[in-house]
Amino acid sequence: MRLTRLFILFLTLAFSVNQAEASPVDTYEFHDEVTKIRFQALTKELRCPKCQNQNLADSNSPIAADLRKELYELLQQGKADSEIVNFMVDRYGEFVLYRPRVSSLTYVLWFGPIVLILLGIIVVIVIVRRKPVDKSDLVLSKEQQDKLKNFLNDK
Amino acid sequence: MGKLIRFLPLILVIALGVVLYRGLSLNPQDMPSALVGKTMPAYSLKTLNDNGQVVTQADLKGDIVLVNVWATWCPTCKYEHPYLVDIGKDPQVKLYGLNYKDDRAAAQQWLEHYEDPYVFSIFDDEGTLGLDLGVYGAPETFVIDHHGIIRKRFAGAIDTRVWRREFEPLIAQLIEEKKQGK
Repeated sequence: MRLTRLFILFLTLAFSVNQAEASPVDTYEFHDEVTKIRFQALTKELRCPKCQNQNLADSNSPIAADLRKELYELLQQGKADSEIVNFMVDRYGEFVLYRPRVSSLTYVLWFGPIVLILLGIIVVIVIVRRKPVDKSDLVLSKEQQDKLKNFLNDK
Repeated sequence: MGKLIRFLPLILVIALGVVLYRGLSLNPQDMPSALVGKTMPAYSLKTLNDNGQVVTQADLKGDIVLVNVWATWCPTCKYEHPYLVDIGKDPQVKLYGLNYKDDRAAAQQWLEHYEDPYVFSIFDDEGTLGLDLGVYGAPETFVIDHHGIIRKRFAGAIDTRVWRREFEPLIAQLIEEKKQGK
């Protein structure tokens, strides 16, 4: 009974938290569905320069609102996604991309985890395939067996 | 070799510790500007004090220039203002203001009240030049050399310590470059 109550409490809390998650409301109107989707995708991809752990879609800061407006205008001008991304990178640096581009600066970031996983796999394989200890060394020889028997019989 | 490998985990943990410890003292807000090494973006805006006077990037060229992004809504700008007044008296640099997303009357009153350190302030109420400069807040200060190339961007308030540490060496270097006719 108590458990059910707890469960219900937990559920209510979980949902209320979800509802409290505010996101800014812009009223941008798009002529077609594709542009709207592109706008939504780009605001998720681009990071707010001021509040670094939020993307443009989530952030309430004035600079994020400005950038959303700029993004909207660029889309209205018929700019391609890559042009828009370049526009932002030219001004705010690679930093604004949540998925940084592959370059000599970001090799470690992109390939580091794969290299580490491969290293781990190699270590595991080496350990597993290492020759097992020869058990014949552990078996008592005939002489030792007799000695042992003698000790036991003495008692 | 067999014995050394026992210490490998310890060495790895120490290395990780050093990396993470260093990370503690780094400022995550400290972002390199995408504009360092590029020319000042083109613009054509009015000045704060004269609605009829249009200024462009050409007006900043030829000297060692500081462009200070400021606004009356920015409390940190108030803190750095007295230091800017001092910098404005330095004959080696020319200090310009970029009044960013502000109200004209309030900004004019601010300069009357606190003393105007700028040669002039560019009035950028829509933040268009700010956007082209990658400004994401105020105050920010840009150092532009005599060729019109942005050499530094500093986000945050300038005071005596910051000035000595961040600006003085660069400005000395720029003066030297200018002397040598580079």
